Amino acid sequence: MRIKLKVWRQKNNKDKGGFKTYDLEDISTDMSFLEMFDVLNEKLVRQGEDPVHFDHDCREGICGMCSLYINGKPHGPKQTTTCQLHMRSFSDGDTITVEPWRATAFPVLKDLVVDRSAFDRVIQSGGYVSVNTGGVPDANEIPIPKKAADKAMDAATCIGCGACVAACKNASAMLFVSAKISQFALLPQGQTERKTRAEKMVAQMDAEGFGACTNTGACSAECPKEISLTNIAMMNREFFGAKLSSDNI
Amino acid sequence: MSWFSDTISSTLGRKVLMALTGLFLIIFLLVHLIGNFQLLHADDGQAFNIYAKFMTSNPIIKTTSYLLYATFIIHIVWAILLSVQNKKARPVGYAVSAAATNSSWSSRNMGILGTIVFIFLVLHLKHFWYEMHWGGIPTVMYDGVEFKDLYAVVNMAYGELWYVVFYVLAMGGLMFHLYHGFQSAFQTLGLNHPKYTPVIKGVGIVYSIAVPAAFAAIPLIMFLRTI
Repeated sequence: MRIKLKVWRQKNNKDKGGFKTYDLEDISTDMSFLEMFDVLNEKLVRQGEDPVHFDHDCREGICGMCSLYINGKPHGPKQTTTCQLHMRSFSDGDTITVEPWRATAFPVLKDLVVDRSAFDRVIQSGGYVSVNTGGVPDANEIPIPKKAADKAMDAATCIGCGACVAACKNASAMLFVSAKISQFALLPQGQTERKTRAEKMVAQMDAEGFGACTNTGACSAECPKEISLTNIAMMNREFFGAKLSSDNI
Repeated sequence: MSWFSDTISSTLGRKVLMALTGLFLIIFLLVHLIGNFQLLHADDGQAFNIYAKFMTSNPIIKTTSYLLYATFIIHIVWAILLSVQNKKARPVGYAVSAAATNSSWSSRNMGILGTIVFIFLVLHLKHFWYEMHWGGIPTVMYDGVEFKDLYAVVNMAYGELWYVVFYVLAMGGLMFHLYHGFQSAFQTLGLNHPKYTPVIKGVGIVYSIAVPAAFAAIPLIMFLRTI
């Protein structure tokens, strides 16, 4: 298939940047979106041009490293990660616009690569448990109802890719932060630091400059791991409950 | 008390203020609507004028009205604060957006819808609320007691086509504002539950359509009576 790629090129963090158009021919429909970029980059390298920089790692849809805002949607037209998006999702002759995630908290480093370390700092502020959880325990040894375990696991499937921030009209990180708060709040191992965790992670989220939630639901609709909006409601309960009852003055 | 100011000034705290003031305004709308129904009595405005005097003289209502003014101001000022914060969170926008595929139009345009309602509110307050309190409006006598004839002021305004059209359009804006705002307020307060959320959403849809429609119907009916 033949496609026209409109790609955001930006030399570095200081550069203003702009779109550049590339025509690609003989693209296989079986290629993943990132493989299509590999083809483009090989071509650019042969021509002595700077290849397009983009983030990727596992290419199995589990690491959360790939990003890309494709035709107005994070991770493109399918509700999956960019690495699991295939060229068969596009038609011959399509123009595909590829942009980096846009958020103050995610500054563009080069081309399509953004710095998502704001998420790391949110995790460092409280997204952990300080108790030793040991090896895999025998079944039913820890009193966790199946429903609670399922809910915690649903929240924990968040891979921290940042599609929620990219999709949100306010560049809000609430879906990410709420998933990370919920996954621990639902399990007994997370109880010790439960209140402090909610307080600190929300404070760090604000300090990073993410926007507020308008409950549009765009984050959840675009999340490759289908993280639910119920987590945001839970975060609100956790945060205000903690603020009212914790001994952190 | 730093924990308290931290809570209020956090993003979540600001959103909760929006939700609480929004819900209070939702309740106010219903009370206001019930009052407006007095306009439809075929008594040359007696029921409405008696009601208007009660609403401006009863001490409990007067106290509540100060809470209402504060609520309006907080809802508007905090909406501006949050909009500025949200704009700062993404100063460079996208070249291509497919937002219609992942979210509702009203949820993405609460600011614009709110502005429509705000413009309506300013004119509405000028025409009726200001006139009732400080304007020189005619009086009528019922059983030897003097009443301000607010009905005459309302009746004159609703006899003007442009005002009725403006009123109906503003209620359309309010409809979409409530359509998202009603259920959104509960979500912000953390009230998301498999048993209650479907009920809240259902009531929200009915409320957001029925209440603005009923508001809009009153000037329409009164306009049609004059022709």
